[in-house]
Amino acid sequence: MTILILAEHDSQQLKPGVTNAVAAAQKIGGEIHLLVAGNGCSGAASAAAQVAGVTKVLVVDAAHYAGGAPENLAPLMVGLASHYSHVLASASAYGKNVMPRVAALLDVAQISEIISVESPDTFVRPIYAGNAFATVQSTDAIKVITVRATGFDAVAATGGSAAIENIAAGVDTEQSKVLRQELSKSDRPELVAAKRIVSGGRGMGDGDKYRQLLEPLADKLGAALGASRAAVDAGFVPNDYQVGQTGKIVAPELYIAVGISGAIQHLAGMKDSKVIVAINKDPEAPIFQVADYGLVGDLFTLVPQLTAAI
Amino acid sequence: MKILVPVKRVVDYNVKVRVKADQSGVELANIKMSMNPFDEISVEEAIKLKEAGVATEIIAVSIGVTQCQETLRTALAMGADRAILVETSAEIQPLAVAKLLKAICEKESPQMVILGKQAIDDDSNQTGQMLAALLNWPQATFASKVTVTAGVAEVMREIDGGMETVEIKLPAIITTDLRLNTPRYATLPNIMKAKKKPMDVMTPEALGVDVTPRLKTLKVVEPPKRKGGVMVADVAALVDKLKNEAKVI
Repeated sequence: MTILILAEHDSQQLKPGVTNAVAAAQKIGGEIHLLVAGNGCSGAASAAAQVAGVTKVLVVDAAHYAGGAPENLAPLMVGLASHYSHVLASASAYGKNVMPRVAALLDVAQISEIISVESPDTFVRPIYAGNAFATVQSTDAIKVITVRATGFDAVAATGGSAAIENIAAGVDTEQSKVLRQELSKSDRPELVAAKRIVSGGRGMGDGDKYRQLLEPLADKLGAALGASRAAVDAGFVPNDYQVGQTGKIVAPELYIAVGISGAIQHLAGMKDSKVIVAINKDPEAPIFQVADYGLVGDLFTLVPQLTAAI
Repeated sequence: MKILVPVKRVVDYNVKVRVKADQSGVELANIKMSMNPFDEISVEEAIKLKEAGVATEIIAVSIGVTQCQETLRTALAMGADRAILVETSAEIQPLAVAKLLKAICEKESPQMVILGKQAIDDDSNQTGQMLAALLNWPQATFASKVTVTAGVAEVMREIDGGMETVEIKLPAIITTDLRLNTPRYATLPNIMKAKKKPMDVMTPEALGVDVTPRLKTLKVVEPPKRKGGVMVADVAALVDKLKNEAKVI
C-alpha cells in the first residue's frame, strides 16, 4: 500500500492538519507521499520533506495551482491516483473542496472526516453533528478520505528527509479564478492548531465587548479566539472564528467558553477539548454538561477577574 | 436561465437523535423530518436570483422515499416552479446522488445547480463537488455571496482563514454556507398554490443510474460521553483548579 496526501500550504509552510493526516496514514500503514501543488511553493515542498514518516514529496509548481482550484487539482490527482491505495487530505475548507471532486472522477466514494482507522478499509466518522459515530467499510479499490485533524495526534513536522520529485503540471481548465482573498490577520495561533482557545457567544453583547473582554484574556493565555455561530451571525466577529459542526472543529488542551449556551452544533465543534471551562450566567445552559469547570455569573465581572488572576 | 436546486429530507435539526439499540443506525421512526437547512438556503438563493431577473425557472429535486414529496412541496411553497422526485427506498450515498443529479441536468440543461454544502444527517459535504466533477463544471463551494452577470458567477466563499472571491464560468455548481441568506417562510397562500405546481416522479432505473452503495455501515454507536464536571464558586477557585488539578495554565 502507498498513500498519497494532498498537503495544504501557504507556499512557505504547511497548514496545520497535514501532520494529522500523516498520522492517520501511519495508522492505515504503508509508504506515505505528500503532494504539494502551488505556484512558487518550493518552501512548502522543503517543509513537507521534513515531516516525520514521509518518504516522498511530489511537487507541481505552476501558476494555475496558485489558488488551489479544484477544477485543476482534481484531474492532476486522478492522474496520480492509480499508483496509490489511499488518497487523503485534511478535512479543512481546502480538502473538503477538492477531495469529493477527486473521488467522483475516480468513481469511488469519499469517506469524510474520519476520526479513527480500524483497518485499511474501515474507518470511524461522526454523523449527525457528532451525536453518533458510524463505522464504515469501503468497497472501492482506491479509498479517498478526508481526515478530521482532532482525531489524530500530529506527527513531528521535522526530522524526516523525504525525496522531492517535481512532476509535470496538468492542463489549466480556466474554469475558475480567484479574484481576491480577505484573510483575517492575527498574531494569535491558528484556531485549529491552538493549544488554548477563548471563545465567546451571544452573551458577549456586541463585537466591541467581545474584543474588550476576550482579547486581554487570550493575550495572557497565548490563546486563539473563537466564537459560537450566534456570535458570528450577530456580526461580533468574522465567520472564520466560528467553532462548531459547520465551522471549525477544535480540540485544544484548554477551551474557555464565555457567554456560550452550548447549542448541539457548537458542542460538536469543541467537545473533544481536553479541559473545558464554561462561564455563563444561566446555570441551566447546556454548555455546563460538557464543561469540566463551570462558573455561573456575570461574565462582564468574571472575565476581567480571570484575566487579572492568571 | 434555469436553476436546479436539490433538496434533502433529513431529521429536523431540533431533534436530538438516538442511536438504535442494535447499532444499525439512528432511530428514524416517528421522528420529525424537515428540509436540510443548507438546502433551504439554496432554495432561497435561487428565488432571489429569479426575483432579480437572473433566473427564469427553478426546479427542485429530491431523491428518496415517497415522503420526500413533502420536502419538495416546501420548496415549491417557498417559490420553486416545479419539482422532480427520484423515488427510491434504497440507501443513496453522495456519489449516487451526484450521478442521479447529473442525469437530470442532462435532461433539463440548467445553467446553475445550487446545493447545500452538507446534509445535517450524514455530514458528508460531497455531493456538490462530485456533481461538478461528473459534469466537468466549475464549482464554488461554501458560498456566502453570489453575483451573476453575463455567463459568469462571482462567489464569495467562506474559507479557513477568512473569505475568498472566485469567478466561475456558467454552467456551474454552487454550494451554500450559513450566511448566504435567511430563508423565507412559506406563506399560507403559497403553500396552497404549491399543491398545484407540477411534480414529476421517476426512478433511478429510468435515469439509468446504478445506485449501489460503496460504503458499508458496519455499526453506529453513541459517542463517548464526557465525564460530568464540577461547578466552581469563584474565579480564584477556577484558577486554582486550572493550575493544580487540570494543570493547563
